[in-house]
Amino acid sequence: MTRPSFPGHSVPETTDMTVPLLDVRGLSIALPPGADRPLAVDNLTFTLNANEILCVVGESGSGKSMTAHAMMGLLPHPHVRVAGGSLLFKGKDVLAMPEAEQRNLRGGRIAMVFQEPMTALNPLMRVGRQIGESLRAHTPLPAPARRQRVVELLDQVGLPNPAELADAYPFRLSGGQRQRVMIAMALACQPDILIADEPTTALDVTTQKQILDLIRSIQAERHMGMMFITHDFGVVAEIAHRVAVMRHGRLVEYGAASDVLNRPQHPYTRQLIASVPHYIEHREDHAKVGKPLLVAEKVRKTFHVGGGLFRKSKPVVAGDDLSLTIHPGETVGLVGESGSGKSTLGRSIVGLIKPDSGRILFEGTDLLSLDAKGFRPYRRAVQMVFQDPYASLNPRHRIGDIIAQGPVAFGEDRGKALARARELLAMVGLDGSAADRFPHEFSGGQRQRVGIARALAMEPKLLVADEPVSALDVSVQGQVLELLDDIRKRLGLAMLFITHDLRVAAQVCDTIAVMRRGKIVEMGSSRQVFTHPRDAYTRSLLDAIPGKAWHIPDDLQKAPIVGAAS
Amino acid sequence: MLGFAHLFASRLVKALAILIAIVVMNFFLVHAAPGDPAMVMAGEAGAADEKFVEQLRQQFGLDRPLHEQLATYVGKIAQGDLGFSYRQQRPVWDILAERLPATLILTLTAFLLALAAGVALGTLAAITVGTWADSAITVVALLAYATPIYWIGLMMSLLFSIQLGWLPAFGYETIGAGYTGLAHAADVAAHLILPVITLALFYMAGYARLTRASMLEVRGQDFVKTAKAKGLSQSHIVTRHVLRNAILPVITVAGIQAGQLVGGSILIETVFAWPGIGRLAFEAVLQRDYQVLLGIFLVTSVMVILFNILTDILYGLVDPRIQAAR
Repeated sequence: MTRPSFPGHSVPETTDMTVPLLDVRGLSIALPPGADRPLAVDNLTFTLNANEILCVVGESGSGKSMTAHAMMGLLPHPHVRVAGGSLLFKGKDVLAMPEAEQRNLRGGRIAMVFQEPMTALNPLMRVGRQIGESLRAHTPLPAPARRQRVVELLDQVGLPNPAELADAYPFRLSGGQRQRVMIAMALACQPDILIADEPTTALDVTTQKQILDLIRSIQAERHMGMMFITHDFGVVAEIAHRVAVMRHGRLVEYGAASDVLNRPQHPYTRQLIASVPHYIEHREDHAKVGKPLLVAEKVRKTFHVGGGLFRKSKPVVAGDDLSLTIHPGETVGLVGESGSGKSTLGRSIVGLIKPDSGRILFEGTDLLSLDAKGFRPYRRAVQMVFQDPYASLNPRHRIGDIIAQGPVAFGEDRGKALARARELLAMVGLDGSAADRFPHEFSGGQRQRVGIARALAMEPKLLVADEPVSALDVSVQGQVLELLDDIRKRLGLAMLFITHDLRVAAQVCDTIAVMRRGKIVEMGSSRQVFTHPRDAYTRSLLDAIPGKAWHIPDDLQKAPIVGAAS
Repeated sequence: MLGFAHLFASRLVKALAILIAIVVMNFFLVHAAPGDPAMVMAGEAGAADEKFVEQLRQQFGLDRPLHEQLATYVGKIAQGDLGFSYRQQRPVWDILAERLPATLILTLTAFLLALAAGVALGTLAAITVGTWADSAITVVALLAYATPIYWIGLMMSLLFSIQLGWLPAFGYETIGAGYTGLAHAADVAAHLILPVITLALFYMAGYARLTRASMLEVRGQDFVKTAKAKGLSQSHIVTRHVLRNAILPVITVAGIQAGQLVGGSILIETVFAWPGIGRLAFEAVLQRDYQVLLGIFLVTSVMVILFNILTDILYGLVDPRIQAAR
């Protein structure tokens, strides 16, 4: 089971060149009765060869993660089970093996990297020890040799001070660093197959690029077979050799990467590729007319972390010298990585946070100088759409009430407000009857539509949308973006669009402000920022966009969205 | 380690401030109750004579203004003098010192037993979730939690002492037996069994339920999936990954309860005639023995504070994130 020569990686064990590394034949996975469909994965057949990256693409619920979990014996027992088919590893059916033998494969021959680096590591165990556990389970190495190997592994995945880092607890590491630790852990026993389940989805773009580069180089160096699960065609274009597209548990398209990316056959694949957000060359610059609606001047906000009776708190500057102008009808994109302070600025404008200094002028009135009572009328004028459609709607209130509550609080007649709620639901593309239902009856995309209707009920002049689509699937993301753009044009709304995704910003914004570490490093028209970025950081962000070398097939390019609401 | 010493020092400083506040509040609380010891003593002596009561008050300093009494009290406490019980004609400290060991033996044994058994049963229930073993543990825990503690005590004593005659029904030791050394220890241990089990059952039920729920929650977390994907054995995953994380809320609750153990055994001590602090408190209330009552308040407060500090330190040891957050 364990290899005699250790460490140092050798040529992959290929018993027979004609037997693929992994051969999935007619795999079906059954869901418990009462689920929305009987089979999570339906008659799935594909192969994975050594020295190959197979990208499995699909939206949430497509069964792509279930397939990986079945391979690793991670299906939630006993509710979800394999109903048929086989999973042949080097010609031997994994599913027919006794548990002990399967356990030897897991982490030994087949390793897995998960999506959420923040939660995938045990918070109470030093990272070196967590990697060492894998070596302990699969190799006869004594403790000192394990320790040495752990340090080597941490070094190989590009972590600084590996010897020191091995003794750190996970909470000391950033998301990117934790994902590197996860990769080191997966590589510990030199597996033949590496399964990566959306390993970069939770990371910032620049970190995503680094991790993708790392994964690709390690795969090439060790000739591993790799199953890379993703929903992002940009990532596919970046790394895939072959692509399998899944929908509702079925394989809909399967082929070489260049074929699937450039000549997609199945309508679903075509739809997915068409939803990939991309910069539209022909978008008009926004004509700034009239007086600015909102001007933020030198806004500064410092948070104090920790502290107590006898301890001094640590100041963290979330926003420093932030200045921004939004004209009526203009969509301004605020782009930056996590922790850059973009949400702090958004929340300051809505009045959820009080900045330490600076001015926020709305139609000439400084909102920061107002007391709670004076600020109240402006709460109507500036409304927010939140990121997480699952957490931002009260689960115990009916949709109609959620939408009507705002206007009622401002003295509107309840009957009228509810009638208006139905109209708004129709406007965001939901049935009026949705008003009588509860949030849990709706999908993420539908909930986000409710969130938008709720904001619109207040008849705002400015909409602050904080990552409104980042929790949604690509195709749903496209629909919500279209809805936002449509409403903005119809109502002549100005919008501050906060996002970490430059591609999304490119699609909807007239003007883009790029933030980094609490500062706006560059602000200009979308055209200028994308074609002639001035700041080095903006350039590195653009450079990090996955699959930028790939040109979306012309027939799938979206018609340009016309900018100004004239 | 330096951070640890710093943490400990800052905890002690805070504890001292809290202690002073408690001393002052206790004093006012006791004086807010109607009636004073002079009245009670005079009543018991059968002489309801105003002059006699006045004389008693003068003798005990009860006629002084309240703030003067407070200053005297706080001053004495600072010197380690808990005062003098005129009811029992002995220093309060001597009375407490006599009763404290009995209570500590009873409650600490019960506490440790409850913790060990509760965590073990909770873990067992969590790993066998949905089977008969899980159901049995859940039912037993629910019964133990819901049944009044004194009733269990009475029934146990009825069964094991009166019906079966295996164990002594009450008391701390066999009076007049004059055991020494090991024989004495064995005698006390025999007396200890019933009250300890009675007290432990109740707490054990809580810990078992908490451990079970916490284990089930942790079991669904991502890092447990990672551990499985590493090919670790089931027992390794349960002990090293699940239990280690699931124990954190148990420590929190146990820490709070440990502080209350000294004062929380009044019922048990009454049922089993255990000569501890709990019964002393009960008697002191009936006799309006202010000095003893204040002494008990102080001792139990110190216990609560002490166990809180201990819990914090333990927490810092178990969870590395806690120390960093300070």
